[in-house]
Amino acid sequence: MSENENENENAMEAYRYEDGSISYPGHPLGPDGSKPVETIDLSEYTATVVTWTTSTATPPGVREPNHIAIVEFDVDGEPVRAIGQLTSGEVESGDEVQPVYVEELRDPEAGIKEPASQDWDGYRFDPV
Amino acid sequence: MERVAIIGASMTQFGQREEWIRELLAEAGIACLEDAGVDPATVEHLYVSNMASGEFEGQGGIMNALAHDLGALPAYTERVDQTSSSGGAGIYAAWRSIASGASDMTLLVGGEKMTHPSTAETTDIIASITHPCEYKHGLTLPSFAGMTARHYLERFDAPRESLGKVAVKNHKNGVDNPHAQFQKEVDLETVLESPIVADPLRLYDFCPITDGSAALMLCPESVAKEYTDEYAVIAGVAGATDTHVVHERPDPTVMGGVVESGQQAYEMSGYGPEDIDVAELHDMFTILEFLQMEGLDFADHGEAWKHVEEGRTERDADRPINTSGGLKSKGHPLGASGVAQGVEIYEQLVGEAGPRQVDADVGLCCNVGGFGNCVITTIMEAAA
Repeated sequence: MSENENENENAMEAYRYEDGSISYPGHPLGPDGSKPVETIDLSEYTATVVTWTTSTATPPGVREPNHIAIVEFDVDGEPVRAIGQLTSGEVESGDEVQPVYVEELRDPEAGIKEPASQDWDGYRFDPV
Repeated sequence: MERVAIIGASMTQFGQREEWIRELLAEAGIACLEDAGVDPATVEHLYVSNMASGEFEGQGGIMNALAHDLGALPAYTERVDQTSSSGGAGIYAAWRSIASGASDMTLLVGGEKMTHPSTAETTDIIASITHPCEYKHGLTLPSFAGMTARHYLERFDAPRESLGKVAVKNHKNGVDNPHAQFQKEVDLETVLESPIVADPLRLYDFCPITDGSAALMLCPESVAKEYTDEYAVIAGVAGATDTHVVHERPDPTVMGGVVESGQQAYEMSGYGPEDIDVAELHDMFTILEFLQMEGLDFADHGEAWKHVEEGRTERDADRPINTSGGLKSKGHPLGASGVAQGVEIYEQLVGEAGPRQVDADVGLCCNVGGFGNCVITTIMEAAA
């Protein structure tokens, strides 16, 4: 699998598969067992808000209120969706957003998951 | 292949219970043995549907504990975990045990004890099923529901009130269910003015956190006739899986697991959506009742809300939905819920639903795990 040209240590890494489809996050095998062929850093793209919510009953270690959205990127004509926190609750479906890097999205020590089992940094979506 | 019959059913009081998981399972298990008139020594397979007794209570091995507590040794035991569709998956496992000839008498007990931690802790245990890319953003099942509901309302120009009417209907039905957590009607204004949980959804769009247990007794139809003339038959049952990562689904308003499991269950049973007289749908959130009605072809895509507005899902209408009160008012003890759906359909088909009774020969239950991640659809018919 080839790496993205401009290697970003904190890339928002999506996979492109043999069949041309792209997923975020990447999976070891894609649709119908299609193998991944390259990574794409979605943080270099803007996206459109598909839908969003503000959660006011959040689990331990999560900010409250928590603004969250499903967004859709257009990577050279191929749609790919992602989910993540918003920087603001002032959004509408259809708005354009850009990913902004955050070192810690929730407190790794507060929830049920083993802190070492996953990453806790990532991207929030900021209205453009 | 021999047809699989259900000859007994039970459920405990749902709600905030003092008993722990072992005690809740035993309560439903004993009541089901009594209801079916089955000797514990006759039970050959025992399945326990449960999502998280280890996480909630630190108790493992609950299927072994239950077999011992019921005097059902040396029955084969197995715990079935498919998150909140564990109950439906238990029905599927119990059905397979009989249909395959491996067992001639199978007891299925589903249960969960989950009210003792704080709401935030319980929400986190449930949210642990999410993908790491979702979990780190603080995604919860209610937040998926909020995003899906917003998309549905915007795309199909459906009124917010139509979701509220699902809650009103299911609370009304729950008044007549003595085992329901809430036996209390709510009006639309109360639903629409309740606190926001995941915008645009409010407190009354969500099921409560619940302790409880439910059970079913299954056997070959030939054996059922030795026990009773009043039994139900599992005409079709199927399960299907959708993406683990919720946003990767091509259409947020379509639950692929509902569509796939529904089609397979219809095909196996020989029935179609038009034949279903009564249905229990997994209304963990009001929006899920719409998505299942559409996924099961009770309504066209984007039109379930119109059926609700027209009153076509009420108890006295052509195809009542959630006569038990649904998860919304009956409560949602994760591993018990799919079994309790089966209990309601069984009682409707054998005429034991009391004030909730409707005229039904064929019933369906749809049990949804995660946010549509795993789904089991079961179709039952009354004994001929």
